[in-house]
Amino acid sequence: MAEPKNSIIEVKALAVGYGSKVVAKNINLSLEPSVLCGIVGVNGIGKSTLLRTLANFQPKLGGEIEIQNKSLEKYTPSDLAQKLSVVLTEQPTSKNLTVQELITLGRQPYTNWIGTLTSADKMHIQKSMEAFLLEELRNTKCHELSDGQLQRVLIARAMAQDTPLILLDEPTTHLDLYHKVQILKLLQQLAHKSQKTIVFTTHEIDLAIQLCDKILILDGDTNPFGDPCELIEQKHFEQLFPSEMVQFDTKTGSFKVNK
Amino acid sequence: MHTPKSYRFSFVLIFVALLLAWLLNISSGSVAIPFGATLSSLFGRPVDIASWQYIIWEYRIPKAFTAILVGGGLSLSGLLMQTLFRNPLAGPFVLGISSGASLGAALLLMGTSLLTGLTSIAFLSDISLAIAASVGSFLVLLVVMLVAQRIKDTMALLIIGLMFGSITSALVSVLAYFSSAESLQRFIFWSFGSVGDLSSEQVLLLGGIVLLGTLLSILSIKALNAFLLGENYALSLGVSLKKSRLLIIIATGLLAGGITAFAGPIAFVGLAVPHLTRQIFDTMEHRILIPAVFLYGAILMLLCDTLAQLPNTANVLPINAITSLVGAPVVIWLLVRKRKMMF
Repeated sequence: MAEPKNSIIEVKALAVGYGSKVVAKNINLSLEPSVLCGIVGVNGIGKSTLLRTLANFQPKLGGEIEIQNKSLEKYTPSDLAQKLSVVLTEQPTSKNLTVQELITLGRQPYTNWIGTLTSADKMHIQKSMEAFLLEELRNTKCHELSDGQLQRVLIARAMAQDTPLILLDEPTTHLDLYHKVQILKLLQQLAHKSQKTIVFTTHEIDLAIQLCDKILILDGDTNPFGDPCELIEQKHFEQLFPSEMVQFDTKTGSFKVNK
Repeated sequence: MHTPKSYRFSFVLIFVALLLAWLLNISSGSVAIPFGATLSSLFGRPVDIASWQYIIWEYRIPKAFTAILVGGGLSLSGLLMQTLFRNPLAGPFVLGISSGASLGAALLLMGTSLLTGLTSIAFLSDISLAIAASVGSFLVLLVVMLVAQRIKDTMALLIIGLMFGSITSALVSVLAYFSSAESLQRFIFWSFGSVGDLSSEQVLLLGGIVLLGTLLSILSIKALNAFLLGENYALSLGVSLKKSRLLIIIATGLLAGGITAFAGPIAFVGLAVPHLTRQIFDTMEHRILIPAVFLYGAILMLLCDTLAQLPNTANVLPINAITSLVGAPVVIWLLVRKRKMMF
């Protein structure tokens, strides 16, 4: 177990779902600063439900979630907005926002009642745009951006929110291989250079194994969590998919289709 | 990003335009008063004919202020609805808010005489008309909001708004069929829409309502901006959804309901003005949009009212017809030009 002082998020015996319907249970994880953590699992196993529960969009059905050693439910919405930020699969409602306007919204938890930007706010916005290579696009409307660019904008907005924890729901779907790698590399840099703890759900298991510091596998049973190498050694990836269709190659850390 | 600074010139421009529209509105009307005499009267100097002084101060100036309040307030309520319902085609008229106000007014103007058998409606004060119309619009707004919670499809929401409009107008027709000619006439004139005929006290009351609605909108600026990302993002930014939504609904109800009560159901201003405003103020930041939309709506309403007065003739066209004639083509033009209306 992590030192209590340095824990960003601590999840114990968590059960998530809707109403009385439990989608996934027995989830445990513990993350320190500067960690990139991927959540993998087959469709419908509850990855997004877990992420939505961690973001406090829906109530948990059991267990405990602690953010910086304080129970998630004890945070007020405005306090929580300074602890965790999100990148969702849903598109922003208004795509008429410019890149800079959208990123600026990330500073809302810190601005006064009418949203005046201080020099610190402007510095955070500038740094986020630089980190996600968006300076050239700052005055571009979001509806003019490609999927990959829009994803970078949404992540930059979360970075501008300057929270120790960032949650992302499938940040790499709809992107080609190059842009998937680009996004994940940028997330890794953000985690390591800016001491952020980043949790994201993904279907790119090969990439997650190569880039993540920790991985949580949702398998509907024990939900193993740990270093990618440990999980490979313990043969947890083999059980992820039916073995007559795809097999996990322990040496390369990737899946092969059975011919 | 466009900082508020870069719009300073546009704001100066639009303010000058408002002043000019106001002067034009005041100097034209059924009685031809020379422009020079209008100016003299405004600056408190004596004018040739005493009745001019009276017309300008007692009739035209209150009317011009009503036009500013009506145009600005309706446009602002349209902006709030477009952001709240995530829908570029939302507006007090489309969502059935105006129909709700009509039903409230119809129940009061025609229903009371029907139910109580009282043919005299002289005792009905304008305050009660304002309250009835406001309550009607609030109720429709609440129902639409409840439906919007369950239905995420924006097109479906618009159609539901239109259906509410149909239901209320059907109820109004039933009421009209059974009511006396006198009360029917009073309702018909109300439904034509007018920014004249308001006493100074009524203008003051309307001003208070619009001021309150505007203040609530200003308090909601951060929440409105956050809603541009969607509700979940707004939640993650620390916005209290229920509180902000309620605040915005109250502001919208006050603006749309109060104005409809005094000036009648005025079409298209609430829908069209936010889009027209974005042709000049190309931003989504509500700190800029709220004042800009208010000023723009005020200018448009002053111009429409000037047109409706048919300068130098005794005829006055229904203002509702003018705003529709101006507003509907604008909406079509925007849709055709941009193909998809963006908000």
